[in-house]
Amino acid sequence: MADFEPVLMANMQREDSHTLAAYEKAGGYAALKRALREMQPKGVVDLVKRSGLRGRGGAGFPTGLKWTFLPQETRGPVYFCLNADESEPGTFNNRVLMEQDPHQVLEGLILSCFATCATTAYFYMRYEFPLAWRRVQAAIDECYSAGYLGSNILGSGYSLNVYLHRGAGAYICGEETGLIESLEGKRAWPRIKPPFPAVEGAFRRPTVVNNVETVACVTHIVARGAEWFRSMGVPPDPADPRDPGSFGPKLYCLSGHVERPGCYEAPMGLPVRELIDRFGGGIWKGRRAKAAIPGGISMGLLRADEFDCRLDFASPARYGCLGLGTAAVVVLDETVSMVDFLHNSCRFFAHESCGQCTPCREGTAWSLRMLDRIRAGRGRWKDLDLLLEIGDSIGIIPGSTICGLSDGAAWPIKNAIRKFRAEFEDYIRQSNPQGYLETAPVAALDSTGSH
Amino acid sequence: MTAILPQVTPVPEQFTPVPDIEAILASYPQAKRESLIPLLQDVQEKHGYLSRGAIARISQYLSLPASKIYGVATFYNQFRFQPQGRYHIQVCRGTACHVKGSAAVFEAVKRELKIDAGQTSRDGLFSLEVVACIGACGLAPVICVNGVFHASVTTKSVVKILDTYRRKAAKNDDEAA
Repeated sequence: MADFEPVLMANMQREDSHTLAAYEKAGGYAALKRALREMQPKGVVDLVKRSGLRGRGGAGFPTGLKWTFLPQETRGPVYFCLNADESEPGTFNNRVLMEQDPHQVLEGLILSCFATCATTAYFYMRYEFPLAWRRVQAAIDECYSAGYLGSNILGSGYSLNVYLHRGAGAYICGEETGLIESLEGKRAWPRIKPPFPAVEGAFRRPTVVNNVETVACVTHIVARGAEWFRSMGVPPDPADPRDPGSFGPKLYCLSGHVERPGCYEAPMGLPVRELIDRFGGGIWKGRRAKAAIPGGISMGLLRADEFDCRLDFASPARYGCLGLGTAAVVVLDETVSMVDFLHNSCRFFAHESCGQCTPCREGTAWSLRMLDRIRAGRGRWKDLDLLLEIGDSIGIIPGSTICGLSDGAAWPIKNAIRKFRAEFEDYIRQSNPQGYLETAPVAALDSTGSH
Repeated sequence: MTAILPQVTPVPEQFTPVPDIEAILASYPQAKRESLIPLLQDVQEKHGYLSRGAIARISQYLSLPASKIYGVATFYNQFRFQPQGRYHIQVCRGTACHVKGSAAVFEAVKRELKIDAGQTSRDGLFSLEVVACIGACGLAPVICVNGVFHASVTTKSVVKILDTYRRKAAKNDDEAA
């Protein structure tokens, strides 16, 4: 691990790293030139498939496999959507990539579009990133004048147009079919699958949706090969035949109660403890840690004694978390009230639920109302079981919703209550000494809203 | 069988005409549904918010019922239906900001400006918006004023930040006068 050379962040230390001149000086667009000259689209797909690259957006679906779901014989356009609607609380690696090194992302985007034979790409960026917006737009303009975009790219006969689309602020747009709906000018209501976007996506055409960091990895896979990519990370677990392993470099976002929050790069499979101590300089103010979120708030919680958990696609699930998510670690120190934390999490999901599926719309809203009541000193122990029941019944894993948003809402509830039950019980007993054992139905408080 | 055409809302006369909207619409020739969100964004950028008149005009231009446009516009966090203040404040309420005290910061801002999220102060100077997570978790807790980030704010420093904007506005007004 000590001899790890930054890959995705290598160019960011240079001056004006966001410009084409700086990127080309560092060897940028060489991979694209070579691929267009020597490779066929299918060759790129096979290469990415062999590399074991898995989607960095959260679900960890193998990227090469996703590309092969496109119909082989198709007339008419194939669309490529780059998902830069990074909204998971705690996550900011895409923003760093787009602001500091937009050409790396664009080169990966062009290569991915070439591989999937897409001739139109939508760069879907959330509107809260004004600097990233300006830099990516400038980078796209530079690419058009340098001939990396447009018709007949570098004389290869391949043409590609990239449109920068600005999102309008909704967490659900990060869900791929939600993103597509939003692109079509509608509310971002996720679609029922199948048909998967690869068969019928944007404007009813075959569509691929990939994350910013995923396509940035594609650049380096084409430049240095699949074997190089597989030399980093965690090999498949022999005990689990369904685990394809987690390979390659990864950008970890570290925030919360650490001395040096920030975005750090390391191979897949970095233990949480090492990220906090070696990169983050330990817990701030000499305090002790209480818990950490392994990969964005929707992945659940790790207790302080679970910090040996490796950040790869398989490990967080062994500790009861939903998965790796975006590898955005938020550290909570010993002063954080878990009731307060869970209230914040529920407030977020109640606000961001798109309202399409009843279990999610009602489940997230009612869990917030119950936590409001608990915080108002009218909680009962019974509420904890009811919250767990909500947590166990909303989402695509129990099979009651269209998309995974409410799985993300459920996991913090389940993890917080199961891992810190004593704290919740103490809080309720102390704040409601007369009524904490009450079991009769209780009227809801007036909602405090979801802000 | 006759095709059922969407009912196009005529622009009622009591709505004041929206300046510059025609120029924005003209930059989207033959616009269809997929241009709706960029169009709304451009109009809001120009006017700071979406007025009823603007929505009625867009509805006419896209041949899309105004109710559908409101359906989309109210779904997204970005769109506002009240004029924006001169300084637009975004308070991040993401997890990293929350554990570092953004709830208290948000309360302090509301107390100082006497407005709630989605509102604009009476003097038109400030408007307030809550953002779920602004993606600057390393700087938590963070607020963003007209696109400028202020990192590691506290209940005390946020009041000072607001004061500097007040002074800046007063100075600009003086110079303009």
